[in-house]
Amino acid sequence: MKPGTRLKSAACDTEVMVIKCGSGTIECGGVPMGEAKPAEAAVLSSDFSGGTLMGKRYVDASGAFELLCVKPGKGSLAVDGTALVTKDAKPLPASD
Amino acid sequence: MNISLLLEMAAEAAGDRVGLVCDGKRWTYAELLAAARGAFELIEQSRAQYVALLDESSEASVIALFGAALAGVPYCPLNYRLADEDLAALLDRIAPALVIGDEDRVARIAGDQGHTVLTRADFAMKAQELVPGDEDRAYDPGEGIAVQLFTSGTTAAPKAAILRHSNLLGYILGTVEFASAEEESAALVVVPPYHIAGISALMSSIYANRRIVMLPAFTPEAWLALVESEKVTNAFVVPTMLGRIIDAMDRGTQADVSSLRALAYGGGKMPIEVITKALQRFPHAGFTNAYGLTETSSTIALLGPEDHRAALASDDPKVRARLTSLGQAIPTVEIEIRDEDGRVLPTGEAGEIFVRGDQVSGEYKEKSALVEGGWFPTRDAGFIDEDGYIFLSGRADDVIVRGGENMSPGEIEDVLLTHPAIADACACAVPSVEWGEAVGVALVTRDGHETPSEQELKELVRARLRSSRVPERVAFVGELPYNEMGKLLRREVKKLLAD
Repeated sequence: MKPGTRLKSAACDTEVMVIKCGSGTIECGGVPMGEAKPAEAAVLSSDFSGGTLMGKRYVDASGAFELLCVKPGKGSLAVDGTALVTKDAKPLPASD
Repeated sequence: MNISLLLEMAAEAAGDRVGLVCDGKRWTYAELLAAARGAFELIEQSRAQYVALLDESSEASVIALFGAALAGVPYCPLNYRLADEDLAALLDRIAPALVIGDEDRVARIAGDQGHTVLTRADFAMKAQELVPGDEDRAYDPGEGIAVQLFTSGTTAAPKAAILRHSNLLGYILGTVEFASAEEESAALVVVPPYHIAGISALMSSIYANRRIVMLPAFTPEAWLALVESEKVTNAFVVPTMLGRIIDAMDRGTQADVSSLRALAYGGGKMPIEVITKALQRFPHAGFTNAYGLTETSSTIALLGPEDHRAALASDDPKVRARLTSLGQAIPTVEIEIRDEDGRVLPTGEAGEIFVRGDQVSGEYKEKSALVEGGWFPTRDAGFIDEDGYIFLSGRADDVIVRGGENMSPGEIEDVLLTHPAIADACACAVPSVEWGEAVGVALVTRDGHETPSEQELKELVRARLRSSRVPERVAFVGELPYNEMGKLLRREVKKLLAD
């Protein structure tokens, strides 16, 4: 998947922008994300219902995946069933 | 990914929030995004290959930046202070362009180059009217060039530096937390639109959801008045601006500046007396020195507020000296110092500053300047101390080579500036039959002081540095030549000293 691809959750409102992508399936709320929303919403897994936050970046442990949340939702993000964690920006003391 | 994402996210999360104040008009993020989408339509219709801005800062610089990004056309703000001939040559390099700004001037100097020209007011109005309908527009995916900036050319003809969407987003996403600004925070932007700091200020403020307060034409009085009336919390200035602001305050210009919490500066060497006075004049503000280049999408090293306070309070000359440093590399880039053969130098040794990271483009339209491993040679000379503080000693091209010995102008200037009668100093190479090059200095006498003798100044340098540093030529001038960003034009001093 190319960087810049926008993925939508099948189970909630979450949308992400792909910044980095390795091999594996990107999921939200326990179900695979896609470029289009399915006609019928998938069921949100209770194991992946922590929610996403607008503007947060999510990464996997190996650093192969990086997703930017551009629309928040109730599901949480994972790759092949392993939850992603947030990566904080390193804010500068307002240099510009 | 496209930099338009920054504005889209701000509009999505806080559409009704005011994102820009310019000439008394207030724009919400939703209005700015709608206008950028309208600008996309205008750009498509014009079939332009570039979007150029030939104007001071205004809402048009925000709308054009993001409109051009949506259209996948490089945004190229131009320096309106250039002479007609130089400007016409740059316009020719980006034809056909949609040029926003000085219609009459473009017609006069580049009327035959095929540009489409709109005044600032026309552009903003049409962009607002042309808001596209609900149907999906095919916006550019952002795999190419977002911004093209002509370098100021203090050493040679202007080069076309290109910044890709990925460089700019690398900088913003790595250093700004989305929507992190408090509701009342406001950033005063006064850097000209054709300067990288002017562009990164727009993007970082929008992504942080910090209101931009734009001052199109700088005067110290207008700057102070805006700080008070808009309760500005953050500002970036170049050293000459800060000097003029403090002069105005010294002359009695009154303004409540207590809202100002962060004052950043960069773009040239900050005289120690200006920063010392500024720290007293703005007691509530944290000071940050930001060092960056066009080719690095803005800031790569910072001297933060804590460093400023620690340096001022310290008796240790080494810690005090940090006030004149660039600070440390930001966490998202790597910086190292190399010698002329490309070898990495150890702590404390002076050489050329190299940098790499996502935000580093190092690319010109003609060719990339990156070397193996993605490192960019900045052409700035300096060294790094044992705590990672970077000290700049001048441009690598400014190094004076006297009989095979390299010396940096900065160390000679710093010594001369310790003389109470010397207000400003510039050292550069002058031709020497014996040595190839020797040291020449141009000096400005401080008001109310008598011009010191050449002998006295030579003795001062001899006593503090090696005899090779003693200037062979000394000239006194009324003032040194600076460009409008506060950069000393060494090549002009060189010319003056060579004559």
